[in-house]
Amino acid sequence: MSHTRHGRKPPRVGDHPLFRRSLIGIVLVLGALLILAPLIVIGVEAFRQGWQAYIATLAHPDTRHAIMMTVVTALIAVPVNTAFGIAAAWSITKFDFPGKRLLLVVIEIPFSVSPIVAGVAYLFVYGLQGLFGPWLDQHDIKILFALPGIVLASMFVTAPFVARELIPLMQAQGRDLEEAATSLGASGWRTFLAVTLPNIKWALLYGVVLCNARVMGEFGAVSIVSGNIRGQTNTLPLHIELLYHDYQAAGAFASASILAVIAVFTIIAKVALERRGAGRRKVLASPPASEGTRP
Amino acid sequence: MKIRLDNVIKTFDTFRAVHGVSLEIESGELVALLGPSGSGKTTILRMVAGLEYADGGHIHFGDQDATDIPVRNRGVGFVFQHYALFPHMTVAENIGFGMSVSKVKRSKAEIAARVRQLLALVRLDGLGDRFPGQISGGQRQRVALARALAVDPKVLLLDEPFGALDANVRHDLRRWLREIHQELGITTIFVTHDQEEALDLADRVVILKEGRIVQQGTPQEVCRDPRDPFVLKFLGDANRLTGEVRAGRAIAGGAEIAAPGVADGPAEIFARPRDLDWSESGPGVAATVTRVLDRPGERRVIALAGTGEPLEFDVEPERAIVAGEAGFVTLRRAKVFSLA
Repeated sequence: MSHTRHGRKPPRVGDHPLFRRSLIGIVLVLGALLILAPLIVIGVEAFRQGWQAYIATLAHPDTRHAIMMTVVTALIAVPVNTAFGIAAAWSITKFDFPGKRLLLVVIEIPFSVSPIVAGVAYLFVYGLQGLFGPWLDQHDIKILFALPGIVLASMFVTAPFVARELIPLMQAQGRDLEEAATSLGASGWRTFLAVTLPNIKWALLYGVVLCNARVMGEFGAVSIVSGNIRGQTNTLPLHIELLYHDYQAAGAFASASILAVIAVFTIIAKVALERRGAGRRKVLASPPASEGTRP
Repeated sequence: MKIRLDNVIKTFDTFRAVHGVSLEIESGELVALLGPSGSGKTTILRMVAGLEYADGGHIHFGDQDATDIPVRNRGVGFVFQHYALFPHMTVAENIGFGMSVSKVKRSKAEIAARVRQLLALVRLDGLGDRFPGQISGGQRQRVALARALAVDPKVLLLDEPFGALDANVRHDLRRWLREIHQELGITTIFVTHDQEEALDLADRVVILKEGRIVQQGTPQEVCRDPRDPFVLKFLGDANRLTGEVRAGRAIAGGAEIAAPGVADGPAEIFARPRDLDWSESGPGVAATVTRVLDRPGERRVIALAGTGEPLEFDVEPERAIVAGEAGFVTLRRAKVFSLA
């Protein structure tokens, strides 16, 4: 009886119109202020002094060098971390060995530690006062304040990306497919190429895209180990900071727009890949049906 | 191919899954490994396949010691409970996979011809271009079987092959697997926890408990002469009455039955639900009906004996019987095990 007292159905729990409207409103306003507005500002500021200035900034040797450094870093760090991610996910999901849980935790460390801590740690390991510093110096191997240091720091920060995408998926898939392939006579390598890889490819690509975005955008760790030498060890994010401190706002925004464009493409790729069944939502292709009845 | 297991042992960490199992399977035989979960049946099957290595003992294929031959070279066809079909390959590609990775090189046309032949064998003609996700569970399991058969295995191994299917499909596939086996005559071992499936399908049933064989024999042998209460109860519903044997007769409450060859003293009496009779007057075990379950072929009565033992028995569909009714249960047929 009480249901009809107000002449219509009661709202579901938490479905009061006032609550719904204000919640959606808050999310929209905050989203616009926190996320959308800065992106728009980058676009507007980058072109404030017109196309010519924009092109000129990007064509400046220092900017071009920074772009080059970023691309080279990604070209090394992403494949290495992809291989590491596959190897780690494979070991954790297909083998049993002591220290497996520890490895799972260790892989996650770069996510929980501030990148700047990683940078400082590298300083202590490879720096002149550090562990290997003197030895490296004697043999004239430059790691810090050079490309190798930048690549190492970027790799540290992005080590978990691929592994984290693959582990839940490969755990859900189990070992059945590989066992089936092997029992049919396939070699280990053949099994990996023909059976394992095709079933993880979207998740793998998803991990690679995220890893790449992070490598290209990494600031904290790289800023410590690179030494910020203009035109020599500056990556794009470091270059943006430098331009900004030089009061070259338009240049900073122009450079930033490149990273923003990369980010937008990353998001598009991410959404496209998620649609193709990557990400964490993927379940087994053939879930077990009912167990049937035991007479 | 004849298969011989000789005192095979398997331990996982600290848990011993298989305790020195010895078993012989004749060439062309269809054998069921039957047992509850944790009885080691799947582990034995996986050791025969080479997916798991035995910690002790030997596995012989014919005259060859296959114990250390890796699965890849062992020449077995393995069918997984959840099919393990490659989801990114079509049905035809799945079936052809073993041939395409084989050391024996075959032309594409040869493989395609063999795939067509196998599709016909498993009655899936025309479905070769589908993906596993586009066919039903029963069809998937048939594809899995065709894929295993494609490599001309010496032995066919099936791990709970119908476990993930619903009851009707299981029933049809069982009969069908039996036909395929008859047609090909390939030595086959399958694992199941479903006694009906094992009895329906197998030439010989091997019953396992806690990593040991408790009894093996034809379905007739294990059904008619179960060696111990575990086998008897595992093969089907059974009532258990405690009583006593005196001079070849087992007595429980007011019920009595011949127990030839059983030593005098305390005993357990087991009777199937359809081997109990119900009557309003004694003699017999006094009992009260607690519930009546109607089934297509009979009425299953659940009752409580005066001694507190639960009883289940079947009566004809026409028989009027209601909860709360009191009466007496007599034994028409029973199996008696001495407790002494």
